[in-house]
Amino acid sequence: MATLIISIVVALLVLAAIVGLLVRARRAERAEQVTEKTPEQPATPPPEPVAPAGQAADEEIPGAPEEPAEEAPPAYKDRLGKSRGLFASVRARIGRGRLDEDAIADLEEALLRSDVGVATTDQILATVRAAALEQRVDGDDALVELVRTELVSLLETAPDGGPVDRSLSREVDDGRVPVWLFVGVNGVGKTTTIGKLATRESNEGLRVLLAAGDTFRAAAADQLGLWAERAGAEIVRGAEGGDPSSVVFDAVQAAGARGADLVLADTAGRLHTKVNLVEELKKIRRVADREPGQVVEVLLVLDATTGQNAVSQAREFSEAVDATGVVLTKLDGTARGGVVVAISRELGLPVKLVGLGEGAADLVPFDPASFVDALLEP
Amino acid sequence: MFDALSDRLDRIAGRLRSRGRLSEQDLDEALQEIRTALLEADVEVGVVRAFLDGVRARLAGTELSKALSPGQQVVKAVHEQLIDALGGETLKITYASRPPTVVLLAGLQGAGKTTAAAKLARWFKQQGRNPLLVAADLQRPAAVEQLRVLGEQIGVSVYSEPSDPVAVATGGVAEAQRLGRDVVILDTAGRLAIDEALMDEVARVSAATDPSYTFLVIDAMTGQDAVATASAFHERLALDGVILTKLDGDARGGAALSVKGVTGRPIAFASTGEKVEDLDVFHPDRMADRILGMGDVLSLIEQAERTMDAEVVAKSAGRLLDGTFTLDDFLEQLGQVRKMGSMGGLMRLMPGMSKEMRSAADQLDDREIDRVEAIVRSMTPAERRDPSVIDGSRRRRIAQGAGRSVQDVNQLLNQFRQMQKMMKSMGPMAGMGGGKGKTAMAKQLLGRGPKPDMAEIEAALGGQIPGRKGAGGLPAELTQAGRGAGGAASSSNARGTAKGKKKKGGRVTPRKER
Repeated sequence: MATLIISIVVALLVLAAIVGLLVRARRAERAEQVTEKTPEQPATPPPEPVAPAGQAADEEIPGAPEEPAEEAPPAYKDRLGKSRGLFASVRARIGRGRLDEDAIADLEEALLRSDVGVATTDQILATVRAAALEQRVDGDDALVELVRTELVSLLETAPDGGPVDRSLSREVDDGRVPVWLFVGVNGVGKTTTIGKLATRESNEGLRVLLAAGDTFRAAAADQLGLWAERAGAEIVRGAEGGDPSSVVFDAVQAAGARGADLVLADTAGRLHTKVNLVEELKKIRRVADREPGQVVEVLLVLDATTGQNAVSQAREFSEAVDATGVVLTKLDGTARGGVVVAISRELGLPVKLVGLGEGAADLVPFDPASFVDALLEP
Repeated sequence: MFDALSDRLDRIAGRLRSRGRLSEQDLDEALQEIRTALLEADVEVGVVRAFLDGVRARLAGTELSKALSPGQQVVKAVHEQLIDALGGETLKITYASRPPTVVLLAGLQGAGKTTAAAKLARWFKQQGRNPLLVAADLQRPAAVEQLRVLGEQIGVSVYSEPSDPVAVATGGVAEAQRLGRDVVILDTAGRLAIDEALMDEVARVSAATDPSYTFLVIDAMTGQDAVATASAFHERLALDGVILTKLDGDARGGAALSVKGVTGRPIAFASTGEKVEDLDVFHPDRMADRILGMGDVLSLIEQAERTMDAEVVAKSAGRLLDGTFTLDDFLEQLGQVRKMGSMGGLMRLMPGMSKEMRSAADQLDDREIDRVEAIVRSMTPAERRDPSVIDGSRRRRIAQGAGRSVQDVNQLLNQFRQMQKMMKSMGPMAGMGGGKGKTAMAKQLLGRGPKPDMAEIEAALGGQIPGRKGAGGLPAELTQAGRGAGGAASSSNARGTAKGKKKKGGRVTPRKER
């Protein structure tokens, strides 16, 4: 297979080069076309001379995680991004009246805007239309209630019909240490989530050990190290550019030896389309699952701003490392995160935690009702 | 990245092209399908509406072309609308008359600003500039350290100080002036567009440093929220452009279409991988071609002519097209191909490639080329000239010599033969009989305006380009061949960082300017 691809590439390139030869002469002649920007204003007077350490090492490491709030975790509704009135226009159009095609169109737009996706939107619209035919939708409140029920039901129904388990397990066989593995694509918030959880679990009195399994990203282990410090957790790290599986292995061994209660294993962000990297992840999971470790949670961290690609991510990661749940991050922004409805519907993967900010306390359990309310709020 | 959308539009286009006449209903249906395709691709609802209105307007405005069927006209209109939606002209960087040129990067958390900053620094360096990186993200733990490490990798110094972002930024610009640097790249902390305090802060950074370029760094996987984020940042900062990141994924990429729609600003750069080399200038027209499944032939051509030895190639091409291409030729070309960088990147540029093939190519790395080369080198010159003499015992010898199995040798020979046959059948496509043909083609291309577009190339090549429906497309075997592809290289470190080489997937990076 590889050979075929290479052969084809070679052949097509040769042909491409021929065409290129012909246009080369003309390209060389063509003058650069530069888009003129207006000339810059003369520089403003230089700021007060600062005598920085410049390239020297910083005295204090900037950006250490903030002190956690002493009070209870933030109320869900207060922290969710302010609604932009997604459903306001729908409500306005229906008012006290019946449902017409314009209202349905508005509803469709509102749902699509929340990132629930075309399939889920179609399903909900079908339900709404059926209800309208039976005269069950009378006024805007009734409509919103209907949509709300649908969405919550999609989130709360497991594919096998059983209840959805949103708990985070620490149950292991005798003599083993529970491991929670964090996976996901780049930039979603895996490390920050681990930091938050480490803080939370440490505060509960657990001895937490962090595995700096991201050996690729520059200063990733430093970042996790800062969280470990803040949370009062231990950390095992390896050389940058080294083998992540070894780090996780060492961490789990250390956890066993030191009698830790929980291992939180960070991994490097990786696109689910990169086969090599997914294979690497599978290996990490296998290694983490060897005595004394026992992988009891594989949490897929998803960014709430992600669109339909989140479904692909969920599907691929789930298949590869058997994800047990989702952490939905950055829900304090304007994004609705509606894509988790599609994930729930198609893959039955439950959202277990929600991230609402960069601080240590900004992590709450997922509650479908509150989530949907925020989605629909006028 | 746009694969799913591309496949869908490709199918729609295929159906449309074959139609002779197009009724109003046909048009409505087609546009409805395009609507669904765009929505599934995460293009924002309002942008989709505007897009389709634009297509309709284009169609209403144009006269019935004699050369194109109605179906082709719809596709052309969609194509042109896409180019427009993706940014119109390519953005060219112009430098401040009083250095340094300040570049400010802003965006949400996790978008890839810090990595983009380093990539940009490297890019500017390649342009012959002398950049300074300024680590003004004091919020994220170890963000400054991250930029420092990246800076070291590319040989660009990084300025920071533990104070506040505005001070760091202005300090950085001052430092650049002191050191005589002509470009300053400001990395800032990720922030929510609705966080008043932080948006104020970045506005102050901007006011204090007066950037020549303010780029919004946005993740290509962003969904409907792209619009809200882009508008908010644009309102506060007056963006000059957008850097789209993580384009090496399979995200549908609608954010790209949406962002220009709401800000009116083009996508300046595309980030296509995790390594610091993985940054390209964004080309809207080529991207539009990719969405519609037309491949990116122009990039391919540019790459090929830049890296390949003209004489060698000319000889090989002739032999390729009349089926006398030997394994020796193949070996020679293999070397050329290596120079061109990532195989995955090249595959993406080729028209008519199926999704499976593209993803298989993404996983391909240089080691595969080594393996193939080893087998061919294990052959004697006679065997290379005429592979038909290679019997069982020769196969075993070759396999042993290359450290591979006999099956590998068999596979290579079979597939080489397949490729030869296929290329021979494409011979008529090139219509390059000899000197006369080439000159005629050259004249045609040279005679036109500044840039050859697909239509001209198509005309020059006698109306046939692989992958364009209705033309001599690549044989079905190619698109089928994608199945069962790609084993993963299970090295201890899949990214090869410890070995410090090998790019995987992603686009081909631009070479140094001559």
